Amino acid sequence: MRAETPWPGRAAITLVAVLLVAPLAALVWRAAGIGGLTAGDVAALRFTLWQALLSALISVALAVPVARALARRRFAGRGVVIAVLGAPFILPVLAAVVGLLAIFGRAGLLNQGLVLLGLPRLSIYGLTGVVLAHVFLNLPLAVRMILTGWQAIPEDRFRLAASLGVPVRRVLEWPMLRAVVPGAALVIFLVCLTSFTVALTLGGGPKATTLELAIYQSLRFDFAPDRAAMLALVQLGIAGGFVWLTARVTLAQTLGPDPGRVVPRLDGRGLAARLGDTVAVSAALLFLALPLAAVVAQGVPGLAALPPATWPALGRTLAVALVATGIAITLALALAGHGGRLADLAGTLPLALSSLVLGAGLMILTLPLAAPARLALPVTALLNAMAALPFALRIVAPEVARIRADYGRLSDMLGLRGLARLRLLLVPLARRPLGLAAGLAAALSVGDLGVIALFGDTGTQTLPLLMLSLMGAYRLEAAAAVGLILAACAFGLFLTFDLWGRHEPRH
Amino acid sequence: MRRAAFILSTLAFAAGPAGAEAPVLTVYTYDSFATEWGPGPAIAAGFEASCGCTLRVVPAGDGAALLSRLMLEGARSEADVVVGLDNFLMERARATGLFAPSGVTADFTLPVAWTDDIFVPYDWGAFAFVADAGTQAPGSLRELADSDIAVVIQDPRASTPGLGLALWVEAAYGDGAADLWADLADNIVTVTPGWSESYALFLSGEADAVLSYTTSPVFHVLAEDDDSKVFWDFAEGNPVQIEVGAILAHSGRQALARDFLQYLVSAEGQAAIPETNWMFPVREPAGGLDPAFDAARPAKPLILTPDGAAALRERAVADWQAGLAR
Repeated sequence: MRAETPWPGRAAITLVAVLLVAPLAALVWRAAGIGGLTAGDVAALRFTLWQALLSALISVALAVPVARALARRRFAGRGVVIAVLGAPFILPVLAAVVGLLAIFGRAGLLNQGLVLLGLPRLSIYGLTGVVLAHVFLNLPLAVRMILTGWQAIPEDRFRLAASLGVPVRRVLEWPMLRAVVPGAALVIFLVCLTSFTVALTLGGGPKATTLELAIYQSLRFDFAPDRAAMLALVQLGIAGGFVWLTARVTLAQTLGPDPGRVVPRLDGRGLAARLGDTVAVSAALLFLALPLAAVVAQGVPGLAALPPATWPALGRTLAVALVATGIAITLALALAGHGGRLADLAGTLPLALSSLVLGAGLMILTLPLAAPARLALPVTALLNAMAALPFALRIVAPEVARIRADYGRLSDMLGLRGLARLRLLLVPLARRPLGLAAGLAAALSVGDLGVIALFGDTGTQTLPLLMLSLMGAYRLEAAAAVGLILAACAFGLFLTFDLWGRHEPRH
Repeated sequence: MRRAAFILSTLAFAAGPAGAEAPVLTVYTYDSFATEWGPGPAIAAGFEASCGCTLRVVPAGDGAALLSRLMLEGARSEADVVVGLDNFLMERARATGLFAPSGVTADFTLPVAWTDDIFVPYDWGAFAFVADAGTQAPGSLRELADSDIAVVIQDPRASTPGLGLALWVEAAYGDGAADLWADLADNIVTVTPGWSESYALFLSGEADAVLSYTTSPVFHVLAEDDDSKVFWDFAEGNPVQIEVGAILAHSGRQALARDFLQYLVSAEGQAAIPETNWMFPVREPAGGLDPAFDAARPAKPLILTPDGAAALRERAVADWQAGLAR
């Protein structure tokens, strides 16, 4: 392990640490202190934690049967199902909310059906709606992360277990889940910890106030940077605590070589298992595809009225996404190669720091150096990369660890190191997780408003910002169309990278 | 990493504003002002035709976010002019000391006499609930609270109209404000962080009415040929929002900045406002105002003076929170 060049890992940890600490420190410096918490903030903290915890637990609990079904079944269109499963996660949040409401809202399909049947309407606003939306957005991510775990259990183990007659569930699946599920739950928890638009729009009222609203209020509405700094520290503290907790319950992964595709298995052939798998996959598809269809349906009519600014914005969005992907993957590989608690922390905490705080802090730091608009796109790319890093790291790290275990000594003996090792060993062998990680990073960057709203001018507008400003000018149809282009662009990038990873040349 | 750094620096270079000989006047404004559907492009083209300068429009969130951004940047800000603060933010903005007297003069036809020497009004509107014409219209906030009409509103801690409603309830009901909110609670489908989300929910049928502007129905009439939307006049009055621009005290282009604000309130500049920003002009625009706007005048404009709004604000938000949490 130590024979690998350690400096990229150290450099990555340092870079992330600087990017986390410096903006926060700048904010504290600018505010000349740190504020206290109000009673309202404490209530918001309680709601934030509760909804994030519920969202994370429900997402992974539902993801396990879906991932298992996808891991052990072959069926026509399986590849398409796996690809489509990635889509909600990368939708622009507002588009996702509108899509969900088209199905579950007061005037949505579900309630229209209930009214037809003479039943009372259901209201999803409140904790239900918040958790529903978070599960919609994050279930796909959980499925993909857990599916990767399942596919990493070597084929021969299943055969061995079958010939010995020991239960697969206890000896193979449970240890794998103990290794993969806590990490998946952690990233979803952290994503939901900083939820803003979803939590507020579906929350129904002031009882559903999140910490992120308090941060928004203190930075953009009231300008009380001392309070924002305090709230950001609370967010980071919670995240740090949960990273520690997750590390305690996660089982170290000890797996052999060769991640399989569909693992041919002797178990799960009974009718009940087949039925269960079918129900799991169909239910997940229905739940995820209906709101997606609504997003498409609402976006299409506006396509004719797209403003000309769409295309330059699209170009900028793509450029930022590709740069962000490059940075995210580089950092993820460096951190995965380094390993250890510190790398884990550096690869997780970026999720927990509000981008509002990061943006404001960076603005304070860079103002003396350059005009904000000049830095808008690079800073957005860098911060989007940071936001994608936790996902990329979790997807890439197990494979990197395995490759190190299997080939580390051999490549040391051959003197294979540095870039050559990356090109000849790591990239070919970790192609599948690298493709998935790059796809997610690119798609996340496309959909993320990021700090462009804080730094940019009309010459640096990206698609998410264009969508927001169209909505603000009553042009909802055009905004929905931009949302559709945005989603298509995110999905296209995701698919390109993911397919590159999944269609590996045989070696 | 080295390659990433190279790409980053290339991006940084490409992102910079193109070098121009003419002086550049930088205007911070809210997002919707700067879009091609907003007044930004017409105002910029009109002003650039006579100023011998280049106008650089920087969108920076909504009105409150604009002020926060200026406070964050302080004297280092590139902004010469800000367009998009309002009467609810004025006292806070004045207290920052960031703004200089404007020197702009015009005969304003506002619902209130205007005497401020720093802030220049450029349009105004009034908050109202907007609904389909078929919905039984309540005559007051109280009637709305007693009805079973479903509404969607904005959070007073993050949105200007949301704060406007909280101040409206506070100004009209005082000690009874929290009770009114408690009665309104079962009418409120949800509270969104901004106006856009609310309006989108309303148009997709999630609520019968939305907190917006008396002028919102005019947008649907003129831009979409759809006269199905109306606003509700309330017995408590409909609170007036006056949007203002101001010159940054540290700007090195005071004269140009003043020329710009003077242009904004000229008959020509005002002509660009109503049908892009969907607000009332502050004086008769060149070419007149479309008659569709006549229907949007509130019967009883409720004027909250800037210092009155500032004094009420904290209690208004607290009553909103307490009443809805019951």
